Amino acid sequence: MMATNEKKIIPLEFEQPLAVLAQQIEALERQLGDNPDLEGDIDRLQEQYTQLKKSLYVNLRPIDHLAIARHSQRPYSRDYFAIWDPGFIELHGDRTGADDEAMVGGLLTLGGIKMVAVGTQKGRSLREKQACNFGMPQPEGYRKALRLFRHADKFGLPILTLIDTPGAYPGLSAEEHNQAQAIAENLFELSGLTVPVVAVVTGEGGSGGALAIGVANRILMLEHSVYSVISPEGCASILWRSNDKVSDACQAMKMTAREILQLGVIDQVIDEPLGGAHHDYQLAASNLACAVVKQMTGLMKMSKEEVRRDRQNKFRNFGAFTEV
Amino acid sequence: MDLKEWFASRQKRKELQENIKQPLTTEEYCALWTQCFQCRELLYTKDLRANLQVCPKCQYHFRVGALDRIDQMADAGSFVELDAVMTSTDPLKFFDTEAYAKRQQEACRKSGLKEAVVTGIAAINGQPVALGAMDFGHFGGSMGSVVGEKVTRLAEEATSNRIPLIVVSSSGGARMQEGILSLMQMAKTSSALKTYHEAGGLYISILAEPTFGGVTASFAMLGDLVIAEPGARIGFAGRRVIEQTIRQKLPADFQTAEYLLKHGQVDMVVERANLKDRLSRIISYHDLSRTGPAGEPANGTVKSGQLTK
Repeated sequence: MMATNEKKIIPLEFEQPLAVLAQQIEALERQLGDNPDLEGDIDRLQEQYTQLKKSLYVNLRPIDHLAIARHSQRPYSRDYFAIWDPGFIELHGDRTGADDEAMVGGLLTLGGIKMVAVGTQKGRSLREKQACNFGMPQPEGYRKALRLFRHADKFGLPILTLIDTPGAYPGLSAEEHNQAQAIAENLFELSGLTVPVVAVVTGEGGSGGALAIGVANRILMLEHSVYSVISPEGCASILWRSNDKVSDACQAMKMTAREILQLGVIDQVIDEPLGGAHHDYQLAASNLACAVVKQMTGLMKMSKEEVRRDRQNKFRNFGAFTEV
Repeated sequence: MDLKEWFASRQKRKELQENIKQPLTTEEYCALWTQCFQCRELLYTKDLRANLQVCPKCQYHFRVGALDRIDQMADAGSFVELDAVMTSTDPLKFFDTEAYAKRQQEACRKSGLKEAVVTGIAAINGQPVALGAMDFGHFGGSMGSVVGEKVTRLAEEATSNRIPLIVVSSSGGARMQEGILSLMQMAKTSSALKTYHEAGGLYISILAEPTFGGVTASFAMLGDLVIAEPGARIGFAGRRVIEQTIRQKLPADFQTAEYLLKHGQVDMVVERANLKDRLSRIISYHDLSRTGPAGEPANGTVKSGQLTK
């Protein structure tokens, strides 16, 4: 499963200065046996390392958040489900011909609350990645999610969705099976559910493919996650007609958790372990669980009709326009 | 007439003649003639307009602006526009190679519209409907806050008046310049349609060239009935993106209205000339006084076309 605490964490490009420092410390530590005088130097470097680490993550650029959100060791939906509830009961299939592995769902108990959990899933190994289509669901994945939403609605189970997807899969069969309709129907049906829905963007919130499981009463984002109307690569290539303007596109679209909180679209930003969720799965999972349980508990006090109206009102108010 | 007057009028006539003889500028000439994209036939623009922007030779359906579309569908003089003055406020202060505010001005100048959708109440062969038409010529028909809000309000208007809702979509998708707020319009419009649906409304979605991205993946695909125009390209992801992703060649008719019909995604493909009549006939089958929670049970005595409460 995870065990990244023992695994070596792959540094990102903007973390290189930190990685260099860590290497120096390691090299000195190896020589320590022969030369005890080095201890002072090591302490000094350690101090420098801690300082740099702290300052590095304070002023991250939007593209740095994107890099963390896409980190190959970032915890995925299955990791969270497994940490939270070893008894997670997975439910498969859309009932009309396929079981899309890019969308995982099932019965989950979190903080004593029994719920239906649904999340997009990126793969870890190459084989898994291919099986999960790199986290890009097909229409069958969205229909599987919809089936589970209806199940939850029927039995009064609250819904948790975890979003980490580059977007809905752009492919031949996806179009033939009506990707657009699958997404649209989820938006349509989610807005009418009478059970509480909490959505969390845990990594990449890629466009309509993310929103298709994101029409919730409360929307939360992990600190380094991103959420955008189009991938920054797509935005850069359309508006700048250039592939090396991704950083500008990230900046312009205001896609980081804090910026989206400021726009009033999401309700809460959840802190991640220093450097990102991949540095400490357990801590990330427990931070996330705390936030979800708190939001869910509040929503579960509402009546069915209140829950539904709460969700509809939330989305009704999104938009910025004048009428003069 | 004295000699002076005679000279003056001769001078005038000469000027007039010279004016007429001056050849048309390229721009004027191009405006006069339109080449068909499909069969390359040179068409007289006035004739093309009179033929609902359909090539008389090969039946190619040209794009239609929102106002022309409403003219083609609504009974003459019946259209009353809603929310005509709504404009976006540039919430992100978006800047790419040009400021969004400036791009908006440019879009308005080109299209003569305030936004990419025109909405209102109209009559189709005497039947009242809530009618919306998107305009690809305005900012690629993209959906930002205003398009989302206007479509939502139109659905709400249709709900409270218990009248059919018709939206003609033509859009490149969600508007990037309003970022996440554009994305949220997909959920907002879908939610309003859910309420309309539960109230027993009839929503007919018409897909015109081209309809893509966030518009297809929200209100455009949520019609009780979905009609496409011949040859219109309709899809979620663009053809180029798909080709790059799967690295194989796509069928020539991929994502056309006819392809969608073959794959069960639209109810019918209707030529523009028959569209109004077809809509009118479809509406006549759906008596909204019998639908929804407040609907009376069917008893066969309700007159057709009785749509308002």
